[in-house]
Amino acid sequence: MSYFVNEKGYYGDFGGAYIPEMLYPNVEELRQNYLNIINDADFQKEFHQLLKDYVGRPSPLYLAKRLSKKYNANIFLKREDLNHTGAHKINNTIGQILLAEKLGKKRIIAETGAGQHGVATATVCALRGLECVVYMGEVDIKRQAPNVARMKMLGATVVPATSGSKTLKDATNEAMRDWINNPVDTHYIIGSVVGPHPYPDMVGIFQSIISEETKKQLIEQTGNDQPDYVLACVGGGSNAMGMFYHFIDDEKVKLIAVEAAGRGVDSGFSAATTTLGKEGVLHGSRSILMQTHDGQVVEPHSVSAGLDYPGIGPQHAHLFKTGRGKYVSITDDESLQAGLLLTQMEGIIPAIESAHALAYLEKMEFKGGENVVVCLSGRGDKDMDTYMKYFNL
Amino acid sequence: MNRLQNLFETKRNILSIYYTAGYPSLGDTVAIAEALEESGADLLEIGFPYSDPVADGPIIQASSKQALDNGMDLKLLFEHLKGLRAKVSIPVLLMGYVNPVLQFGVENFCKACAEVGVDGCIVPDLPMTEYEELYAPIFKENGLSNIFLITPQTSPERIQKIDGLSNGFIYLLSSSATTGQNLQVSDNTAAYFSRISELKLKNPTMIGFGISSKETFDKACSYANGAIIGSAFVKSLDAADLKGSVKAFMQKFKP
Repeated sequence: MSYFVNEKGYYGDFGGAYIPEMLYPNVEELRQNYLNIINDADFQKEFHQLLKDYVGRPSPLYLAKRLSKKYNANIFLKREDLNHTGAHKINNTIGQILLAEKLGKKRIIAETGAGQHGVATATVCALRGLECVVYMGEVDIKRQAPNVARMKMLGATVVPATSGSKTLKDATNEAMRDWINNPVDTHYIIGSVVGPHPYPDMVGIFQSIISEETKKQLIEQTGNDQPDYVLACVGGGSNAMGMFYHFIDDEKVKLIAVEAAGRGVDSGFSAATTTLGKEGVLHGSRSILMQTHDGQVVEPHSVSAGLDYPGIGPQHAHLFKTGRGKYVSITDDESLQAGLLLTQMEGIIPAIESAHALAYLEKMEFKGGENVVVCLSGRGDKDMDTYMKYFNL
Repeated sequence: MNRLQNLFETKRNILSIYYTAGYPSLGDTVAIAEALEESGADLLEIGFPYSDPVADGPIIQASSKQALDNGMDLKLLFEHLKGLRAKVSIPVLLMGYVNPVLQFGVENFCKACAEVGVDGCIVPDLPMTEYEELYAPIFKENGLSNIFLITPQTSPERIQKIDGLSNGFIYLLSSSATTGQNLQVSDNTAAYFSRISELKLKNPTMIGFGISSKETFDKACSYANGAIIGSAFVKSLDAADLKGSVKAFMQKFKP
C-alpha cells in the first residue's frame, strides 16, 4: 500500500482538488510545476542554505533525561521550537516563498489561526521583499495581539476575517477568496498539509526535513534510526506530517497523532476530528472533517489556537483510515498540565499545541528502553497569557 | 429534451435569477420561484446553503448563513420543492457546494432532483474529472444537466473538454472573482467573450457574476445567450413584502 500521493492527487480515498473553476488555473500551475521546481538542484541548495543559516537548522534532537526517567523510556524531543520564529511553520514558508519566486509571483497571501504561520509568512516576505497579506479571524486577532503586532512590524497587512466564526477556517475562506480575485500575480502560502492537491504533498515535502534530520540524529545518538514511537500533535497536521514523513514506510515505527479533545470529545467543545468527524470535503480536499448531518462545517474548540481546526490533511485521513497511524486526543486540561511538567522538569516552555503530544506520554505504557520521539513543534512564548491564567502565575 | 434544453432552443436574452433557498424566511423558496416566473424570469438557480462558500461574496454568504440559521438543509429543501412543478413551469437548477451533496449521497441527491422536477445542477467545487469518472452516469440516469463554469483564465483545451461534458449551457464568469462585484466589460473581458464565441461551442452560454443592472444585462446578452443575476437580486429581497420586492426588482429587466 502507498501512503503517499498518487498521480491523481489522492491518498487512498482522500485528497483531490475540490475547487471552483476560478481557482483551477492557479492550482494547476502549481501542480504542473511544484515537483520540478523543488527537485531542481539550485532550489535545493538555496532552500537548505536558508534552513541552515536563517532558520538555524538542524534543530537539535534532545534526549530529555528527567522525562525519560519518569516515563521509563528514552524520550527524545525534536526541537522545532528553537527555529527562527519559534515553530516548525518556517520550514514550509521558506520553501513556498522560493517556489513563489520561481513562479514569478509578486504578492503573497496566507491564512493564520494563532498567528504562527502568519508570522512565518510575513518573515519570509520581509526576507525576500514581497508584498504580504495575512487573513486572520477577527476573534483570533483579539486573542493573539502580540503576533498581530509582529506581522505588522514585518510589513504585512493583516486583514480580519469577519465571516462565520471569525477564526481559522474563515481566515482560510477569505484567503481563498483573495486568490480567486487575484488570479495572476499572487501565491497563496497555505500553512498546513491541507487544501487542494498539490498543497498537502508540497507542504509535507517541505516539513519532511524534520524526520530526515531525526533519522540522522537517532543514528548518531543511539546507533539505530528506527524509533519505537513517533508522536506529534495534529491540527491540520503539518508538524506531524514532517515528523512522520520518513518513517511512514517503515511499519515497525509506530506513528501517534494527537488531536485536541478541547473540553472533552463529548463536550461539544472539541477539535478531535477523527473521533467526531466524517468523510467529506473541506478547503479543497476530500478528507475527514467535523460536520453536521447536512455537511455544514462544525466549529471546533481547543485551548490551542493551532489545533482549533475542523479537519485534518488528507494524508492524515489516509493514515488514520488504513490504521497506519494511531489517532488519539488530549483535553485542554491535560495539555496545559503537560506543558507545566515539561517546563519544570526540563526547563522548556512548550507551545500548547506541542504540549498535547507530550501529554499523551502519560497514557502510554513502556517496558523500558523504548526510543520515543516527540515533535516539540513550537515554543510557548505566545501562550504565556493562557498559561498565566490557567495556573494563576 | 428537458425544460432547460428547450429554453435555449426557443429563447434569446435569457434572464436567469439566483437566490438562496430558505432566505429570507425558511418557507420562501417556492413562493419566490412563483413570483419570479410571473415577473418574467426565464430560468431559476436555487442555491442550497453551505457554511463555507468560498466562491461567494458577502451578500450570498450572508443569505446562506441566514438560511442555515433558519434551519434549511437539503432534506427540507426537497420537501419544499415537492410543490414546485404545480406552480412553476420554467427550468430550475440547484446550485451549491459539493460537501452537502456528498453527505446527502450523490445518487439520492440526483434522484430527489428528478422527483421534484429540477432540471440540473451547478456544483462549482465538484471537479470535472471526479464528475466524469464517478457521477456523470448518475446525473444522466436522472435526466439532470451538470453546468460547468469557465473563467477568463480557463484554457481553450479545457473549455473544449467542458463543452464535451456539458448538456445544458456553460456558465461564463465575467471575471475571475467572487460573486457580487460589478461587471466591467473592459477590452480584455470583451476579447474573452469574443474568444469564447469563436470556439463555436456546442452548448449555449450564460454570463454570470457582476450583473446587476439592465445595462450590464444587455451588455452580457450581446455576447451570450443570456445572463445570470445573483447577489443584486438576493440583496433586493424584502421579507416584509416578498412578492412586491421580487416584482419591483424584475421591473428593471422585464418592464
